[in-house]
Amino acid sequence: MQLEIIGITVLWTFLYGYVIVASIDFGAGFFSYYSMLTQKDHIISRVISRYLSPVWEVTNVFLVFFFVGIVGFFPDTAYYYGTALLIPGGIALLLLSIRGSFYAFANYGARQSRIYHFLYGMTGLFIPASLSTVLTISEGGFIRQTGDGNIIFLPETLLTSPYSWSVVFLALVSVLFISAAFMTYYAYKAADRPAFEILRRYALFWSGPTILASIWVFMALYQHNPTHFYNMLDIAWVFLFSLVCCLGAIYLLWWRKALGCSFILVMLQYAFAFFGYGYSHLPYLLYPYITVQSGLTNSTMGWALVIAFIAGLFLLIPSLFLLLRLFLFSARYVRGEK
Amino acid sequence: MDSATLSRILTAETLGFHIIWATIGVGVPVLISLAEAWGIYKKDPHYILMARRWTRGFVITVAVGVVTGTSIGLMLSLLWPRFMQLVGNVISLPLFLETFAFFFEAIFLGIYLYSWDRFKKPVYHWLTSIPIVIGSTFSAIFITTVNAFMNTPAGFTIKNGELTNIQPLTAMFNPATPTKVAHVLSSSYVTCAFLLAGIAAYCLLRGRNHSYYKKALKMTMIAGFILALATAVAGDLSGKFLAKHVPEKLAAAEWHFETQTKAPLILGGYLDENNEIKGAIQIPWALSILGKGTPNGEIIGLNEFPVDERPPLYLHYLFDGMVLIGSYLIIISLVFLIVWWRKKNLWNPWMLRGIVLAAPLSFIAIELGWIYAEVGRQPWIIRGLMYTNEAATTADNVGTLLVVFSLLYLALTLISIFVLIRLFRKKSVEKELEERRIIL
Ligand code: HDD
Ligand code: HEM
Ligand code: HEM
Repeated sequence: MQLEIIGITVLWTFLYGYVIVASIDFGAGFFSYYSMLTQKDHIISRVISRYLSPVWEVTNVFLVFFFVGIVGFFPDTAYYYGTALLIPGGIALLLLSIRGSFYAFANYGARQSRIYHFLYGMTGLFIPASLSTVLTISEGGFIRQTGDGNIIFLPETLLTSPYSWSVVFLALVSVLFISAAFMTYYAYKAADRPAFEILRRYALFWSGPTILASIWVFMALYQHNPTHFYNMLDIAWVFLFSLVCCLGAIYLLWWRKALGCSFILVMLQYAFAFFGYGYSHLPYLLYPYITVQSGLTNSTMGWALVIAFIAGLFLLIPSLFLLLRLFLFSARYVRGEK
Repeated sequence: MDSATLSRILTAETLGFHIIWATIGVGVPVLISLAEAWGIYKKDPHYILMARRWTRGFVITVAVGVVTGTSIGLMLSLLWPRFMQLVGNVISLPLFLETFAFFFEAIFLGIYLYSWDRFKKPVYHWLTSIPIVIGSTFSAIFITTVNAFMNTPAGFTIKNGELTNIQPLTAMFNPATPTKVAHVLSSSYVTCAFLLAGIAAYCLLRGRNHSYYKKALKMTMIAGFILALATAVAGDLSGKFLAKHVPEKLAAAEWHFETQTKAPLILGGYLDENNEIKGAIQIPWALSILGKGTPNGEIIGLNEFPVDERPPLYLHYLFDGMVLIGSYLIIISLVFLIVWWRKKNLWNPWMLRGIVLAAPLSFIAIELGWIYAEVGRQPWIIRGLMYTNEAATTADNVGTLLVVFSLLYLALTLISIFVLIRLFRKKSVEKELEERRIIL
């Protein structure tokens, strides 16, 4: 296979991994804050913290992996995105820092504090919003290169673009939907009936907006970058599959059946949409300046990275498996017995 | 101020802040693992409790380490886009490997934290601490190779201004790598040994006389002595490395202007307007010995370098400070061990105060060492290859970011100290020993 395809596939897969695990985390933060406001926190916060406490740091590494990896495989992205994204990137970093540290302060530092909780809950919504703008920017039109090679970022264009807002909206509702779907499953496994009922209601509530937001993004993309839109139409079946998975998940949630399968369907829903989007985005990493071919690192480094990646997987997969076995698939742990 | 200057300030501030937590992240797991192993081996629950309590503090510091690390990782691309573009082509391998070390550490930290009583045999729980040690140590190793590359770039050839013939492994194992890795690791470990020793000594000073603290102090001081020696040896090797490969950095730190043999080592002092050294202690031959291992070694002087490629001369004080602190650490731990061996009163308040002082001093040494190493590379961001000014972002607004992140770091420092103090106050050792029914 070609190096650039391997590289982008690896990175995109890890980004997908980040989207799923981080959504669970972000949404959980929001739900836990919301339930505190509505005095239901005693019901669901236990389920949430039992799952999140052992894994939050792993979630963060997915993100680090992505931005370190993309600089490795496609060094030009560091130059273009790095120059353009100083402020949006800075904001995202600030929010991530607040979130990570306050999670630890609130969870390991004893004593519940309303402020810690508030910061932890709200950053869960703002981080996906700010990170999703990177995908928006990659569609082109928000960065200009001047004659002498300087990169200029156009924030006004970004803030007034309907496409940009549709992506933000999709990111927000997706976070809440993915998270609620997972937590429903987790509460079910923990045999925690009251938490299960509340979380299931959240999941059903956010499923509708997810579909609407996706349709809105399609329409806005047609306005913003028709080429990409038609590329997506060429593989319309992928997005239809995504919709089918989504409907399947809702069906199972509704009838309280096979909740594990229901969450897998949600993951498939996003996998189809995410990889379909990524595939039709190719060859551009930043429209129209960088393609996967033009931005690729030299081939020696590229192959070294691929070998390192494969070696790393041998380490990573068994460890992740152990983590999941101990904390996700261990019925006794989930139920809170040990 | 221009973007380049602001970027330098922000980078220095972020790294200077990250390194505090990163050092704890690298060193403390080693001591946790040691304490647990010793406790299991000796069947002494005090050591196990030690490991537990250290871990509890550790998760808080790790969190700050992770968020500041994420900041610096992304900031390098935001503030130094040209630099990262080049890094991506030549030295991205260790950066990429580092993320696997992070994964490894993060996964096992989660397991270690939440499985204290889940395994039938305590040894299994201890085993899960090994990957944490490996993960954090390797993340330090990998990032240090990148920094080593910035000092002595290798593994490529330049042809018509383009980098060709890239050899990722040669770039990673460049001339600076061995000494730098050795010194960074040993200094991280030693700092954490003295951090924990300082805390135990502080509790003893406050009149809390439980044998728990005494055991903790003895254990950390043994480790501290060995590691302090190792740090000094690695530092000495770093000096020899500098004399050979980066002579201007050593010369600037030693105010060594003329190339000569039998060069003296200069301690303290100041420079008058003619760059004459005043008020310094001169140790004859010592610089030649530090640099070349023999008094007849020739040490290259600063005058051999063009004026605009010389690092600033205040480096001298940073270097002296680091070496002074290094010597202090060796002396205090040696005195402690001698007193122990001679069976004299180990818990003398002056001894304890001396140990408490060593904890902040070792963190100061870390900061001094890094500022020396980084400022000593100026004006290069990658020595001989790329100037710092060329690498900086051209975007405006770096100033805003600087203000915002300064506030963030300040808040994080205050809150984490507050949280840590409350965490340990609420559950004192004595109370916890009682709760767990540990009576010896
Ligand atoms: C507890 C911390 C600590 C202590 C006690 C010492 N050092 Fe150090 N030193 C560091 C912590 C450190 C460091 C933070 O790890 C540095 C900064 C960059 C690096 O590579 O290591 C460093 C750098 C550094 C360098 C520059 C390396 C380079 O730029 O490539 C030299 C020559 C020394 N040290 C020498 C010494 C000597 C002779 C010491 C005598 C005891 C000493 N250090 C004690
Ligand atoms: C963690 C401990 C470190 C500390 C405390 C530290 C400290 C500093 C300081 C004080 C500066 C400013 C120098 C000046 O502007 O005069 C600086 C610059 C810089 N450092 Fe480090 N450094 C550390 C490690 C590293 C590592 C491991 C890397 C590489 C991966 C690195 C990359 C840089 C870069 C890119 C700059 C900006 C360019 C420059 O001024 O040379 N630093 N750092
Ligand atoms: C010698 C200096 C440094 C040492 C010893 C060091 C070590 C560490 C350690 C131990 C952690 C905690 C990792 C964890 O617990 O997961 C950490 C976090 C991190 N460091 Fe540093 N670091 C250094 C400098 C740097 C520099 C210069 C960078 C930027 C390239 C960097 C990037 C990161 C990142 C991205 C994280 C977050 C990892 C995560 O999410 O788990 N570090 N570092």
